[in-house]
Amino acid sequence: MNRIELQTKAEQAKQKLHACKKRIAVCCGAGCMSVGSGQLFEEIKRTIKEKGLDQEIHVLPTGCMGPCNEGPLVKFIPGHEVYRKMNHEAFLQVFDASSGDIRSIPGMRLFSEPGKGSFEDSREDPYYKKQCRIVLKDCGDLNPEELDDYLAHDGYQALAKVLFGMSPEDVIAEIKQSGLRGRGGAGYPTGFKWETVYRSVRDHKYVICNGDEGDPGAFMDRSVLEGNPHRVLEGMCIAAYAVGADSGFAYIRGEYPLAIKRFEGAIRQARKAGLLGKQILGTAFSFDLEVRIGAGAFVCGEETALIASIEGKRGTPRPRPPYPAESGLWGKPTLINNVETLASVAPIMLQGGEWYSQIGTAKSSGTKVFALAGKIRYAGLIEVPMGTTLREIVFDIGGGIPGGGKFKAAQTGGPSGGCIPAGHLDVPMDYEALTNLGSIMGSGGLIIMDEDSDMVDVARFFMEFCMDESCGKCVPCRVGTRVMHDMLQKIVTNKGTPLDLERLGELAVYVRETSLCGLGASAPNPLLSTLRHFPQDYEKHLQESPHK
Amino acid sequence: MPRTENRLHSELPAKDPRTKLLAAKIKKEGARPDSLIEILHTAQNAYGFLPLNVMRYISQALSLPPSRVFATVSFYHFFSLRSKGAHSCLVCTGTACYVKGARQLLKDLEDGLHIQAGAVTPDGQLGLQVARCIGACGLAPVVVLDEDVLPKATGQEVLAAVEHLLTSKLEEGGSPQLAFPR
Repeated sequence: MNRIELQTKAEQAKQKLHACKKRIAVCCGAGCMSVGSGQLFEEIKRTIKEKGLDQEIHVLPTGCMGPCNEGPLVKFIPGHEVYRKMNHEAFLQVFDASSGDIRSIPGMRLFSEPGKGSFEDSREDPYYKKQCRIVLKDCGDLNPEELDDYLAHDGYQALAKVLFGMSPEDVIAEIKQSGLRGRGGAGYPTGFKWETVYRSVRDHKYVICNGDEGDPGAFMDRSVLEGNPHRVLEGMCIAAYAVGADSGFAYIRGEYPLAIKRFEGAIRQARKAGLLGKQILGTAFSFDLEVRIGAGAFVCGEETALIASIEGKRGTPRPRPPYPAESGLWGKPTLINNVETLASVAPIMLQGGEWYSQIGTAKSSGTKVFALAGKIRYAGLIEVPMGTTLREIVFDIGGGIPGGGKFKAAQTGGPSGGCIPAGHLDVPMDYEALTNLGSIMGSGGLIIMDEDSDMVDVARFFMEFCMDESCGKCVPCRVGTRVMHDMLQKIVTNKGTPLDLERLGELAVYVRETSLCGLGASAPNPLLSTLRHFPQDYEKHLQESPHK
Repeated sequence: MPRTENRLHSELPAKDPRTKLLAAKIKKEGARPDSLIEILHTAQNAYGFLPLNVMRYISQALSLPPSRVFATVSFYHFFSLRSKGAHSCLVCTGTACYVKGARQLLKDLEDGLHIQAGAVTPDGQLGLQVARCIGACGLAPVVVLDEDVLPKATGQEVLAAVEHLLTSKLEEGGSPQLAFPR
């Protein structure tokens, strides 16, 4: 396929999309699928066909629409009315099969809470209105298994723009201007990373998409890969062009079979259409990639460990430098970017770095996808501009704590992060503000806890995780996490002494300062942040201890 | 050490369809040492776990020392050295599930099934496992029974579902399924 054919195909896809005025989108993200949306999709499709409405109504499976705990979700387009907890009977109640229209039933709509107005157009509800969806823009509107659907939503236009009108330097300059930072957690400026790989002159270079989303309580990457796999693929192609790579890998967690299936499907479609492989869109640029399935090791999210894993070895990290940008996979310069980072690339190329840099805060531009879970009314996937306050996320978007519970803490950054107490609910969510609070942005897991949660046990939970996941290569992490875990266990079972607490604090600093990689260096974070913000919880356990 | 064809096939019964599957995968990957993890995935899917002779077979086929293969297998959670049972009951212990009471849920299941997490029932029918996070946090706490996800699970519900699964499969006389996932 060359550029003209791409435009023709995109036009046809758009016409096809608009020819069908009405669409029924059934959320087929992993959350809704596990409560039966796959079957529901088939049933709705059959019903529409039986009624002879399949010419005017298009039924499609889509990626995640957001509030997973209300699934299965069904959206009626063009009105954007979303109905929650749907099954076939409920669907027949809402859908008037004789006329092909919906009978609007406010009580069955998403966000129809007693005492809260319900909007016909779901996008008017604060849940969506407060969000800014760039990465997730088409997630929930398009069929992730159809290339044509992506083309109808400006798919691969950014790639065409880059290949036909921009030099690699231009692309890197645009990314730099956007201020995009790595969404995997560390927040390293993406443009600089790309530039380093670009400047490393070698015969081969690689691009790796890091989809080893290991933080428990985080599912952003899974939803993006499931909901819009071509967007990630397009981002990888653009990245490869910019840095001069000819092959790549997508490393995806083995726990995500649906994401793997859809991403592999997208690769096949793109290859067939000439959007991947040799001479992409008829240009001299060639790029192809393979999927590598993770085998379940948290440490493989660390880039040097991930590289070892792709090379078929134990996923243990190695000291840096040299950084993978200079010497990575098989010793070649390697660009490693997170799924969400790569999914942000195409919109930046289409609308410009300037546009993207205006969103969010000065140092953290753009948007961030969060996986909202725990004690929250609307658990699921959201995307907000950087700098949105935690209060807005929890109460305006997330709908607050269910059952009249009281907000106690929000945990960000998974086992490498920390807890934010109620007193800091107005913190703007950006890289710097969270670091100042002793937490981190992390990859985007956001777990809300209420008064029932014992923060010492939370610290113990994460320490247990790090202890199990420590690769064992360096002593501070291997031994330190075990000792800290045992001390926390002692405190949480009311057997601790004030001396334990003192030693815990000391040990945490040693482990943080002397571990080889990010896993060990950040393992004490949940402990240190709960010690800082919730000393009363530790105090309570010590008071109940006979050894006080 | 030079590798010879007959040594390669001496370890596993050549007529076993699983051997053929594995050999085909190794051939497809060009027997490259860096494809070890990919090949182990295939082997585990075929056998349900990674028996010693299968690991030895792979080490010979890829010209890798057996210690390298074993070290890799034991490093990753996904690979198992023991049978995981004909059916699997997987409890998610991710953060969201933890906040929603996965610990108690797991304890209830351990008590109800009379096995510890990670073990298999004496009849080999059911393995109770834990997962780090399956990413279905909106539905916490989550249990995956073979391939069915049980959202907002309670101990009682899961135990009932397990009993239903074991008795119905017994009646069908169906072949044991592979453990989740893939």
